[in-house]
Amino acid sequence: MAELSDSLLFVAVLAYALAMLGFAADAASRRATRVLSVAESGQLLVGGGGPPLLVDESPPRTTGTAGTAAMALTLVGWLVHVGSVVTRGIAADRVPWGNMYEFSSAAALVAVTGFLVLVARGRVETSLGAFVMLPVVLYLGLAGTVLYTAAGPLVPALNSYWIKIHVAAAVTASGAFLLSGVIALLYLLRARFDERTDVGEAVRFPVSLGRVLPSAGSLDRAAYVVIAFAFPVWTFAVIAGAIWAEAAWGRYWGWDPKETWSFITWVLYAGYLHARATAGWKGRKAAWVAVAAAAALIVDYYVVNIFVVGLHSYA
Amino acid sequence: MTTTSDVEGAAVRLSTAPEPVGPQRPRQLMAPVRRTWRQLTSMRTALLLLFLLALGAVPGGFLPQRSLNPVQVQQYVAQHPTLAPILDRLSLFEVFAAPWFSAVYLLLFVSLVGCLVPRIRLHTRALRKPPPHAPANLSRLPASARWETALPVDEVLALADSRLRRWRTVRHADAVGAERGYLRETGNLVFHVSLVLLLVGIAVGQFFGFKGTVLVKEGNGFANAIANYDDIHPGRRFRESSLVPLNFGLDDFRATYGADGKARTFDAKVHYSPNADAAPRPYDIRVNHPLHVGAAKVYLIGHGYNVHVIVREKDGQVALDDTVGTPCLPQDARFLSTCTIKVYETRGRQLAFEGAFTPTTVQDPNTRRVGSAHPAVQDPALTIVGYAGNLGLDSGVPQSVYSLDKTRLTAFDGGTPHLLGPGEKWDLPGGGSIAFAGITEWSTFQVTQDPGKGIALVAAVGIVGGLCLSLFVRRRRMWVRARAAGEALTVVEVGGLARTDPDAFAAEFDEIVGRLRDAVPEPATATTDRGDAATWQS
Ligand code: HEM
Repeated sequence: MAELSDSLLFVAVLAYALAMLGFAADAASRRATRVLSVAESGQLLVGGGGPPLLVDESPPRTTGTAGTAAMALTLVGWLVHVGSVVTRGIAADRVPWGNMYEFSSAAALVAVTGFLVLVARGRVETSLGAFVMLPVVLYLGLAGTVLYTAAGPLVPALNSYWIKIHVAAAVTASGAFLLSGVIALLYLLRARFDERTDVGEAVRFPVSLGRVLPSAGSLDRAAYVVIAFAFPVWTFAVIAGAIWAEAAWGRYWGWDPKETWSFITWVLYAGYLHARATAGWKGRKAAWVAVAAAAALIVDYYVVNIFVVGLHSYA
Repeated sequence: MTTTSDVEGAAVRLSTAPEPVGPQRPRQLMAPVRRTWRQLTSMRTALLLLFLLALGAVPGGFLPQRSLNPVQVQQYVAQHPTLAPILDRLSLFEVFAAPWFSAVYLLLFVSLVGCLVPRIRLHTRALRKPPPHAPANLSRLPASARWETALPVDEVLALADSRLRRWRTVRHADAVGAERGYLRETGNLVFHVSLVLLLVGIAVGQFFGFKGTVLVKEGNGFANAIANYDDIHPGRRFRESSLVPLNFGLDDFRATYGADGKARTFDAKVHYSPNADAAPRPYDIRVNHPLHVGAAKVYLIGHGYNVHVIVREKDGQVALDDTVGTPCLPQDARFLSTCTIKVYETRGRQLAFEGAFTPTTVQDPNTRRVGSAHPAVQDPALTIVGYAGNLGLDSGVPQSVYSLDKTRLTAFDGGTPHLLGPGEKWDLPGGGSIAFAGITEWSTFQVTQDPGKGIALVAAVGIVGGLCLSLFVRRRRMWVRARAAGEALTVVEVGGLARTDPDAFAAEFDEIVGRLRDAVPEPATATTDRGDAATWQS
């Protein structure tokens, strides 16, 4: 069963990687046709000797064959990924989030789920796919190689029903936060692209990628929607962790490195939500806060687990 | 969004965010104070303080902390002789007790309270007030629609009023105003108030709480009194009289391990009674499964081995035979444990033994050093050096039971260690003997009383509940205006706005407008163009 889970994860990563290529091909072809159609309609501007500028603010975005195939591959990958997580749980005879490898796989599953939900709800366009799949593939690749741990039972402190609740919430929130971090970075890219092209400046890679991204406004809103979902879940995870710590160690909070970094992450996301409501902080500054918060989350999970000794050093 | 002052006015009143601090003309003596206060309770300050709080916690997440692991701090200080004193002066080894950290969170909470009080007042007022008057030009709102109908003005407005059933509505002469989602702000306030409550709960625990640890050997018991603890951390306002009456005895401790030596289960079987009269009741204290007695909880936090030795003097007289044994302190994950055995009730010279207990003994063939290969008792041995002389207990200086004062002791055999298996005996030079008779186990228990815990839990529920309301409920406003425009012709205008999630509001708006249009049909000969239906600008 454990081998089946590993093979399924491999297949899922393969499907995601192919989907990424599909999304990229779709974006590339769409860009070509769009420039062409705009050029045909005579709306091409040539600004101050610079490159041609698109004046069409909201070009029609239809998904091409490659995009449809990529979406299908993502769905297939998602199903196989679900299978991998479930069989892992059966193999270990417990919830499948007991070590860093399992946690990473489950968090990536949440991120892909979040992306699929955003697309299904029409919050973002499929053109985001390539940019979401790239980190997912890298992340799962790292999880499957560097962090890989064989399926086994848990140490006594982890053996509690609170682990199911606490870690399930932490995985869900982490997956969503990582997704929002990617979206916030893409927003910053797109905003930079808009800023440059608005004044007719030439854009180079990677800012030129902004051309195939959804509009800055929709990226900003998507990042917010994902964080607004994840923040209460994370809050709940931290509280459930405190309740578990109270049962296991006799205190609900002790500034253990893991607790400290969860707190930092929480405060930064609270900062993000405040920033969005504060004049002068909306938009780019808020997006940077979201990126910093996602970085704190990564420190919380990976740096603390691997390099810092504390009560949570178990995996 | 359109940014007419009209729209801004309508939108701003949807939020109770503190108004930005503008330049102010100080008129009286109190003006600077008031200005500072407004600055402190502004959203920008809250944001800044939140960032400072996160930033301040960072060294606590990287550097070793005294409250958690003083030994690690010592090691760090030894390794960084120049850097460490500077860090120490900045309290970076005890960040969460540092004055500057307290300053940040206290300022944040002052700012929070200063911000909450007017917000609560505003919100309770808003809860009682009808929705505001319609802005002059509804078509400039983010969502708007316009059509004509043959129904008279009054009837249109009555219909609109009744269609907006789950909204709070108000009828004006020419318009209906409607508002929904007051729970958003209620949730937001509950969330922020709960943050303050959480701080209160933590503070109560810090002041009136108690934490103590005690080592109990199998076969021994513990009675809850300050004097019986090995280590205590009482809160500043804790009184001994608040200690919960409690007695318990450790009957049996059991740990199970996997082949890799990793622990699987810990289980301390105890008998406990809340008072001397009550019959003792059995309980299994395990990790994640503490014992509750009144306001106290008893946790299992550690374990180790006792060695039972029988020490005889020259004349064969038994000087030490304590069947519960002498506790040995574990030094590594495989339970190589150090033991100190003092024999002071002797008729001749006093005796002492120092060495290591190894539950699964392995010996390096070259160095002859012993170690332990597994934490469970599989091949136990006691490797000790013996001493004779004066233990120095009469000097009046208190001694730890875990260390020897060797100034007036002489080692047997020049300090060569002897390895004893179970049942084995070492005949001491000059008479007398020590025999390794058996092994028992001990556990350490932590007893805690935290009277602030209940408050913190209530606060936690408020935090999560308030947050969900505040993030998922949408506050929105709509207005329907009807105006007579000639004979049997009424112009209906609808406008609406939401401060959050305009996409979701757009869909809701379109649906409401759709239903209204069905109820308020256009005249058969309508000249309105359908293209001017619901529009959405963003
Ligand atoms: C103790 C630290 C604080 C934390 C952890 C915190 C956290 C949060 C969070 C998570 C939100 C998002 C909820 C939402 O969007 O409705 C929020 C909103 C808000 N907070 Fe705080 N807050 C803190 C202190 C403050 C202070 C000091 C103020 C006053 C200046 C304040 C004023 C507000 C306001 C007005 C909103 C609503 C923003 C809006 O209208 O969308 N908060 N806070």
